[in-house]
Amino acid sequence: MLKINNLHVKLEEEDKQILKGLSLEVPAGEVHAIMGPNGSGKSTLSYVLSGRDGYEVTDGEATLDGESLLDMEPEERAAAGLFLAFQYPVEIPGVGNMTFLRTAVNAQRKARGEEELSSGEFLKVVRAKAAELQISPEMLKRPVNVGFSGGEKKRNEILQMAMLEPRMCIMDETDSGLDVDAMRLVSEGVNALRSPDRSFLVITHYQRLLNHIQPDVVHIMSNGRIIKSGGPDLALEVEENGYGDLLAEAG
Amino acid sequence: MSDTAVKTKVQQTPQVSGAPKAADALEARLAALDLPRGAFASARGAALTRLRDMGLPGPRDEYWRYTDPRPFNTPEPKPLTVEAALESPLFTGRDKLTLVFVDGVFDAEASDDLSLEGVEIATLAGAGAGHWAADLFGTLETAGQSPVKRPFAALNTAAAQDGLLIRVTGKPSKPVHVLHRRRAADADAMWHHVIRVETGAELTLLESGMVGARSNGVIEVDLAPGAKLHHVAAKRAVDPRVGLSHVFARVAEGATLKSFTLSVNGHHMRNEAVIDMDGDDAVAHVAAAVLGDGDVGPFHHDDTVFITHGAERGESRQVFKKVLKNGATGVFQGKILVKPGAQKTDGYQISQALLLDEASQFLAKPELEIYADDVKCSHGSTTGAIDEDALFYLRSRGVPRERAIVFLVLSFLADALEEVEDESLRDEINERLDAWLTTRPQI
Ligand SMILES: Nc1ncnc2c1ncn2[C@@H]1O[C@H](COP(=O)(O)OP(=O)(O)O)[C@@H](O)[C@H]1O
Ligand SMILES: [Mg+2]
Repeated sequence: MLKINNLHVKLEEEDKQILKGLSLEVPAGEVHAIMGPNGSGKSTLSYVLSGRDGYEVTDGEATLDGESLLDMEPEERAAAGLFLAFQYPVEIPGVGNMTFLRTAVNAQRKARGEEELSSGEFLKVVRAKAAELQISPEMLKRPVNVGFSGGEKKRNEILQMAMLEPRMCIMDETDSGLDVDAMRLVSEGVNALRSPDRSFLVITHYQRLLNHIQPDVVHIMSNGRIIKSGGPDLALEVEENGYGDLLAEAG
Repeated sequence: MSDTAVKTKVQQTPQVSGAPKAADALEARLAALDLPRGAFASARGAALTRLRDMGLPGPRDEYWRYTDPRPFNTPEPKPLTVEAALESPLFTGRDKLTLVFVDGVFDAEASDDLSLEGVEIATLAGAGAGHWAADLFGTLETAGQSPVKRPFAALNTAAAQDGLLIRVTGKPSKPVHVLHRRRAADADAMWHHVIRVETGAELTLLESGMVGARSNGVIEVDLAPGAKLHHVAAKRAVDPRVGLSHVFARVAEGATLKSFTLSVNGHHMRNEAVIDMDGDDAVAHVAAAVLGDGDVGPFHHDDTVFITHGAERGESRQVFKKVLKNGATGVFQGKILVKPGAQKTDGYQISQALLLDEASQFLAKPELEIYADDVKCSHGSTTGAIDEDALFYLRSRGVPRERAIVFLVLSFLADALEEVEDESLRDEINERLDAWLTTRPQI
């Protein structure tokens, strides 16, 4: 599904290399976790994959189902099935959550040559999915993320994910700032979406989330590279001993 | 580029040289108008004298520093060469009393019947000397000539062809809708409405449609204690027309004025609001949303507001938002004057521009002048570009770039639209804005 090979990325504005030869492969149906100290480049990786401005790829490639992602516009990547749940979801005053969601869903359907959803069909689906995430109809009507608590914003990200039905979901610290109940809701939302042809790349600081969303593979990232990959036990090891030993091991 | 002067006083530029030439220009302007006109002869004569005393503004006039007055000074407007585009009407699907003006003149044939319970409506062209509006016509304009001169408003009082004289005594069941249409390519339309809302009465006044090559509209609004006027105007022009408008309002004790204007394009526009908060607990909100695209023709849009608090506990709000692209220029001159004794005044003013490219510019001159010590007044002015984080967020969800920008423009304008109190009106304007922004070519 997602293949990243020897990815080198620097900031456009300054001479700062952030990703330094990162390679990673997430096969269809699998959940991979990325853990790593602050500043190792996890968010940068998620932004570069989804097409944010400000970065320059100096070497390497990233493909989704064999198609090069890096040449596409952000909206094309979305239509191709990529989704990023933001670490910091953006507030957009004056634009209703529903209007935004419906526009996004239909824009993607249109880009893929599928029929657009009528407002009736859309409403039915969105209400049901919102209810599962305990997002009230009132929250749906509010402007995008405005006045939402941290946890509400993250749940709203998962709602968008559920509505857009992407094939490759990247989640950037979706667990940060969540209390136990919100964590459970978010995890249930994600688990409900797991399927043989959908993959997840879950960026997190804490092993806690991985108790709820069981990963197939855990990668440790440091200084712009994956320094170690392993099974779920690797996350437990980090939880117990921190990154110190792993970093020393990697040199 | 942004030019922001805070707490500056309006300076009068002395007219030293070129005065005779200016007088000639005024006489040439007047000669083209076929005066005298219509009812209320004494008020019109006085306006003409006022106008001759002050003369037409020149490019060096401080109050016209950001907007060239010359297109309003010429004897004839520049004729339009573009056909009026067909536009599906606004404010549809609601019960309303529609009054049609063609090139600034009332068209009875095309209008609804003038009768509406709680409101008396007559036309300026048809009014006789004993009409109730005879005492009011021109008086608020006259009061609004100090401390700043507004010669085009005096010109209007002297020369307006037609207008509405509306007296509201109750709470009419539906809004009054003024629908403008253009016919002649070289129309020089001048209309003058007088609206008096009696104690405790309420009116919603809607304005829409397109006017001709040059327009000069004045509305004098006199609100008695506890009266309310909601004014919602939506103007769109796809042609290089020039236009001026003045609203002069006197807001008595406990009365409320709420005015919102949507302007889409045009060429050279100036809208002035002069509001006198005359009684205690008066409320006045003026807001505007402006879309300007220099590609359609040179775009220049000026909002000039002067709010005077002359009594206690007045609340005023100015919310002005402009979206500018392709070399468009937006101007805002807004003043809050708090007179001695106008304690507990709550004055707020915000003017903001969203520049969609670097060729466009916003010039803002916010002013506060306060002579009372127990007041709350604030103002702010910003110029910014599209928020890249928000743009990326929307695009990452699959919303195409163009559509995402429409969302962000609507988001930017939302605060101004909030000033439209009626939710269904607000929704309609928002939908129309959305359609305008989506279909282009006019922004
Ligand atoms: N736009 C930017 N400008 C300056 N530095 C940046 C920018 N984006 C990322 N960085 C730097 O790149 C490094 C990686 O950041 P980030 O990808 O956010 O790491 P993580 O998500 O793993 O904490 C950090 O040192 C961060 O300061
Ligand atoms: Mg991060």
